[in-house]
Amino acid sequence: MKRIALLGMPNTGKSTLFNRITGGAARVGNWPGITVELLSGKILLGGDMVEIIDLPGIYDLHGFSDDEQVVRHFLHDNVPDLALVILNATQIERQMSLLLQLKQLNMNAVVLLNMADEAKKYGISVDSRKMSELLGMPIFLLSGKYGTGYPEAMQAVTKALRYPTPGMAELLRSQLEQDEHIEAEMARVMKHAVQIPAQLPENLTEKLDHVMLHPWLGLPIFFFIMYLLFQGVFLLGQPLQAGVAEMLTWLREVALEPALSGLPAMLNGLLLDGVYNGVATVAAFVPLIVLFFLFMAMVEDSGYLSRAAFLMDVLMARLGLDGRGFVMLLMGFGCNVPALMGTRVMRSRAMRLLTMLVIPFSLCSARLQVFVFITAALFSPNAAPVVLFSLYLFSFAAAILTALLFKSKFQNSEPFVLELPPYRFPTTRQIVMRGWQEIQHFLRRATKFIIAGVVLVWLLTNLPPSATPASSDTLAGIIGSLLHPIFAPLGINEQLTIALIFGFVAKEIVIGSLAVIYGLSGEALGGALGQQLDWVQGYSFMLFTLIYTPCLSAIATLRSESKNLGYTLFSIGWSLTLAWLASFAFYQGARALGY
Amino acid sequence: MPSTNLTMPSTTLATLQPGEFATIAAIHADKALHQRLLALGFRSGKQVELIRKAIFSGPLQVRIGTTDILLRRSEAAKIMVCKT
Repeated sequence: MKRIALLGMPNTGKSTLFNRITGGAARVGNWPGITVELLSGKILLGGDMVEIIDLPGIYDLHGFSDDEQVVRHFLHDNVPDLALVILNATQIERQMSLLLQLKQLNMNAVVLLNMADEAKKYGISVDSRKMSELLGMPIFLLSGKYGTGYPEAMQAVTKALRYPTPGMAELLRSQLEQDEHIEAEMARVMKHAVQIPAQLPENLTEKLDHVMLHPWLGLPIFFFIMYLLFQGVFLLGQPLQAGVAEMLTWLREVALEPALSGLPAMLNGLLLDGVYNGVATVAAFVPLIVLFFLFMAMVEDSGYLSRAAFLMDVLMARLGLDGRGFVMLLMGFGCNVPALMGTRVMRSRAMRLLTMLVIPFSLCSARLQVFVFITAALFSPNAAPVVLFSLYLFSFAAAILTALLFKSKFQNSEPFVLELPPYRFPTTRQIVMRGWQEIQHFLRRATKFIIAGVVLVWLLTNLPPSATPASSDTLAGIIGSLLHPIFAPLGINEQLTIALIFGFVAKEIVIGSLAVIYGLSGEALGGALGQQLDWVQGYSFMLFTLIYTPCLSAIATLRSESKNLGYTLFSIGWSLTLAWLASFAFYQGARALGY
Repeated sequence: MPSTNLTMPSTTLATLQPGEFATIAAIHADKALHQRLLALGFRSGKQVELIRKAIFSGPLQVRIGTTDILLRRSEAAKIMVCKT
């Protein structure tokens, strides 16, 4: 008896068609080579009895999901006389790949483009004759739902069964065997070297959600988790950063200083006080940043962010945003640039622009470096983590205020519909990969901005050569005193002003340029800052750093994503204004209260 | 493509209480939202369960088959269902 295998992707109406062909007279059967049961039916076709087998829907003939392996094993051990391939015409561009894979196997096949009626409604037109020509396979449009095109297709099937492809079975087997080698190899490697994230059993996800999404406890739990996260980053990361900084200073003293002592004073200063001090101060933060991203990766991959969207949507709706916007804000804690790009999922331009207006206020990891350094220098070890957390609250406050002020300009009615994934444990591999990516990202930024930035700072603080380095006669001193009237009411001195100017390019440079300006690195720099500034000035400086534009990359992204220069300039202007106002209010307020 | 079920009195998904099951009768949404809902498995005849509602008229969590979906009440109000 001849055999027809029904092949196709999931949700192509394959089973509906199978029922139509067999008239519902199907039986469940076992087949050689596979352990699952398949439906099959016998029908009379062109005078002969033919058996039709409904294979599981698959996306990829060479894939290795369970269903894909079942299909391959079935084809290997029960080579059919004809493959009846069902594709969903509305998703033809996605489904064509499977067809081409089957063609490569040189199988005797007839192709049915199902859901032709729906495709028509979407305005998709398929020239089946042209397609037949191009692929060298008989192709028919049909609608399994309405039965149109069905008789012609069955005629073609009858005809194709009469002319089997010679040598097909051997060829098919040998080709499929390659995949079987891969399967065996894969199973071996997987068994020994790969962990797959364990999806929690559903009842556990449900139990967790019962607490995490509790009507009253959900939000407090969310903020507590965030608090723990930032505490953890600070408590573990700050000593790590101090340790690495110490190591780099030691390296300078024992190796670099003796090695470069023969150079002219100017070049020696540029290399050691400029490049090395600047880059080393920034590089000391790599472990802290890696740690931060490891924590973020755990939260992101766990599925908890969608829960945060659920909890915060009501509040966000008041701000003209939605729960996804809140998730973007959280993503912005890592880096604002991908968060800005993430707003592409929003269809409403108004909502997208409003979300992009608030994302730059997210306290990104580059700003975190500045704050960790300054808080460690100016506050007691007990107070520092709390101060850091307060900056996160200010970050939210700036975003909320901005959205409230401008939501009427960006009115929208974007629907909020989101899939809620089950909780997952991220694998060690995922976490390690993420950490590695962040190191690479940092090194790219380092080569791009940080070295150039710190060299420029060094030149500004050492030119003209007649001036005493870092004095008011240098270029930096002149710029600082020009801007002094603007920054003096904020308690921000001239050295810090120079650092802020460079922070416009990238926040990583802020601490690096302070190192260059003061000619100190690591702990010594912290000490110098602690002597020169009191906590009110330091906090005012941090507020300004938090709120004014994140970095050049973020501005470039704002520009390219909004495709609107006016909007980009507005965003920069507003953040500068808000930064000044917030620092001014804080500094003058604190002084007025006697601090 | 919106279709209406005239044989049964229907309500909207937004009015269900946590733990209640219903069958989707029709979706009265614009094309873009309709597409999105279809992609997430909202189709006439499918059974949905309301899992929970967020406080202060926040979004709903519903389950279709094995997929959990969050949506606002305003969106849920566009989905006609028959309680089962």
